[in-house]
Amino acid sequence: MRANGSSQLFAYLVRRLTLMLVTLFGISVIIFVLLRIVPGNIVDILFDAAGYVDPADKANLTRELGLDQPIVVQYLHWIGGLLHGDLGYSFVSEKPALDEILPRIPITARLAGLAIMFSASIGIPLGVISAVNQGSRLDYVLRVVSLSGLSLPSFWLGLLILMASVSLFGSMPIFNPNPKTWTEAFAIYCVPAMAVGFRSAALTMRITRSSMLEVLRQDYIRTARAKGASRASVNFHHALKNAILPVITVIGIEAAFLIGGLIVTETVFNIPGVARFLVEALRWRDYPIVQNLVMLIALVVVTANFIVDMLYAVLDPRIRYTD
Amino acid sequence: MRSVRALAAVVLYLAAFNPAFAAEKQGGILRMYHRDSPGSASIHEEATYSVNIPFMPVFNNLVMYKQDVAQNSLDSIVPDLAESWAWSGDNKTLSFKLRQGVKWHDGKPFTSADVKCTFDMLMGKSTQKFRKNPRKSWYDQVNDVSTNGDFEVAFNLKRPQPALLALLASGYTPIYPCHVSPADMRTHPIGTGPFKFVEFKANESIKLTRNPDYWKKGLPHLDGIEFTIIPNRSTAILAFVAGKFDMTFPTEVSIPLLKDVKTQAPNAVCVVEPINVSTNIIVNSSSPPFDNLDIRRALALALDRKAFISILFEGQADIGGTMLPAPAGLWAMPKEMLETIPGYGPDVKANREEARKLMQKAGFGPDKHLQVKVSTRNIAVYRDPAVILIDQLKDIYIDGELDVVETANWFPKIARKDYALGLNLTGNAVDDPDQSFYENYSCHSERNYTNYCNPAIEKLFDQQSQETDVAKRKKLVWDIDKQLQEDVARPIIFHGRQGSCWQPYVKGVTIMVNSSYNGYRYEDVWLDK
Repeated sequence: MRANGSSQLFAYLVRRLTLMLVTLFGISVIIFVLLRIVPGNIVDILFDAAGYVDPADKANLTRELGLDQPIVVQYLHWIGGLLHGDLGYSFVSEKPALDEILPRIPITARLAGLAIMFSASIGIPLGVISAVNQGSRLDYVLRVVSLSGLSLPSFWLGLLILMASVSLFGSMPIFNPNPKTWTEAFAIYCVPAMAVGFRSAALTMRITRSSMLEVLRQDYIRTARAKGASRASVNFHHALKNAILPVITVIGIEAAFLIGGLIVTETVFNIPGVARFLVEALRWRDYPIVQNLVMLIALVVVTANFIVDMLYAVLDPRIRYTD
Repeated sequence: MRSVRALAAVVLYLAAFNPAFAAEKQGGILRMYHRDSPGSASIHEEATYSVNIPFMPVFNNLVMYKQDVAQNSLDSIVPDLAESWAWSGDNKTLSFKLRQGVKWHDGKPFTSADVKCTFDMLMGKSTQKFRKNPRKSWYDQVNDVSTNGDFEVAFNLKRPQPALLALLASGYTPIYPCHVSPADMRTHPIGTGPFKFVEFKANESIKLTRNPDYWKKGLPHLDGIEFTIIPNRSTAILAFVAGKFDMTFPTEVSIPLLKDVKTQAPNAVCVVEPINVSTNIIVNSSSPPFDNLDIRRALALALDRKAFISILFEGQADIGGTMLPAPAGLWAMPKEMLETIPGYGPDVKANREEARKLMQKAGFGPDKHLQVKVSTRNIAVYRDPAVILIDQLKDIYIDGELDVVETANWFPKIARKDYALGLNLTGNAVDDPDQSFYENYSCHSERNYTNYCNPAIEKLFDQQSQETDVAKRKKLVWDIDKQLQEDVARPIIFHGRQGSCWQPYVKGVTIMVNSSYNGYRYEDVWLDK
């Protein structure tokens, strides 16, 4: 029976991994084609900075960048390189794309990780508190806070934080690659993480609250209470454990969408991460950077989704991965 | 004796309390924000001061504009890598004696071969090519550059061109080393200048460090310069106010923002200066409806320039023709002459009445408006005046629709002549008619976006260019400028001004008033802290 379960899980894993590869292949085609369909290309933009477009120079540069080749050849060249760990060269900086992308990944990963931690550590407890105190003044206050979190754009919140820092403390948490003190390190990462994570925290809180309210009305909760279980035990052991699945799903989806918020936050707080770099690369139509970064983000998203799916089984033993 | 003592006392007092007398302090890093991530580090391949500002300190020119004189002119040109220069009797050869003992940052010696290499590449005569060569036309009158030994070079001209010296003094004309390829100069520039290149991290920072072997002994004063790239203007200004930076990006603070800076950082030193960038209208005169001169004239008559300046610059900008208005500009026609040009007179109502008559003559009127798209780049300094322009055109039966074009598509679009009316900005690196006229109005110039071509004017361009008598040349330039405005070649709306701020301890900064491309050597800048 156990062997049968393991083989089912293995089959599920193979299926999911195949699906992941197909998804990544689809994304690679879409991003590659889209980039070449949108008006304007790197050569035009490079000449834009020079204030003119010279047809002969443009042709030379197009050839130099390999953009005169058929689109299929360009695609195969890129994918071939990618499979061998060669991401090509940035058209703008003329440095290896890997050298441009790699140093930025830890910065954004740290920021994203902190934002998710912030979102979960604030959103889940407050959602539980709000649910168990349904209809109370505290519940209303928390609901207003969560609503405002969903309504405030992160760029606005970020600017507000910066302005408040300058007027209150005469300083501001702007990025420094080598922070001198732990407070500076805290400020340059945690403050932007809070700005970007505030919306996710609000959403997590609302989902936790509604999920908890549903669970708290279940018969087994009443039974637990009747058996004399403490309030904390009922709320956190019995109720939250069963209410957490939709919350995990939302956090997983939010992690995928976080990149959108990070673009704005990295811009406002001037953090040299992947998200801001992607926008700049897109502005320049720096194809090698954009293609590889989009693939990286896609990989993170499909992996996050995969992990969330696996977590379901860990958190809820009733879930089995079968056909 | 008593007078000597008194004089000594005055000198001592001045030395102690007057900052102008204080000795320059050595050391410190000048921290500045940068408005965007430059496309490359190669000044010769770019046409934006986003490149000049961080990389001009890496280089030297043959000659340069004296860095502590705000107004660039032939009189403010001083030797740099050249020790001296001389014109031949027929004004067709400009020769330079070069400084000896100068070394490139990688230790190799600087010689006349480097000068020849640089200009051969700029003229397209070298085997090594720039990817882009936006200022090739600056050297159209140079036949060749010859060397005489290691420390003499001569520019042999097709005809006299006194302005050549002005072009050579620009921040856009550094000398490159022969032994470094253009590709390497884009990523890791090697110069002879006061600061060495350390690193350029795209979208992050640019770092320069003091050149300890700089040929000007005792300079530079700073240990280095660090540019943090902050494209978000609000963040950048807040960081300056919070003291994270010693200086704003030069000539990048708008007039409304300057008020905020002065309120939040009252000790900051701020100046507002002309930048020699004109906001103008490009008119596609090769196709209807603007192939009709009456409609083009009506367009010029409709402009209320003071309204633009009042709305966008709170009154702090200038009205002029092609050349930068006085007193900052050297070549602007007198105000009385300017006001005789249609559309420049002070009575806007009368001008518009005349414009409406011209429109009616062309078949338009209150019942039949001309529908037109006003194309411009998707950048605030382009968009905002375009919106005001559309509003003003309503008064002369023209209904404009804003056509915002992404930067990536702007030059291809205007090169295709796929526009009717466009709002454009034109920056002039050198306050000299040769640069402005040939670049923007000459029949075969790549940057003559409207394809305006007037052989009679073209002859006048050459005539003024060869004129060695400054007063006579000025008179010619005024006539040309007037004619260009009357032909509605590229109606100039206004010449903008911008602010620059720095902390009070930053000394030795001079913001130039008739170019925003030439004043960034930073060898004289020091920190009083």
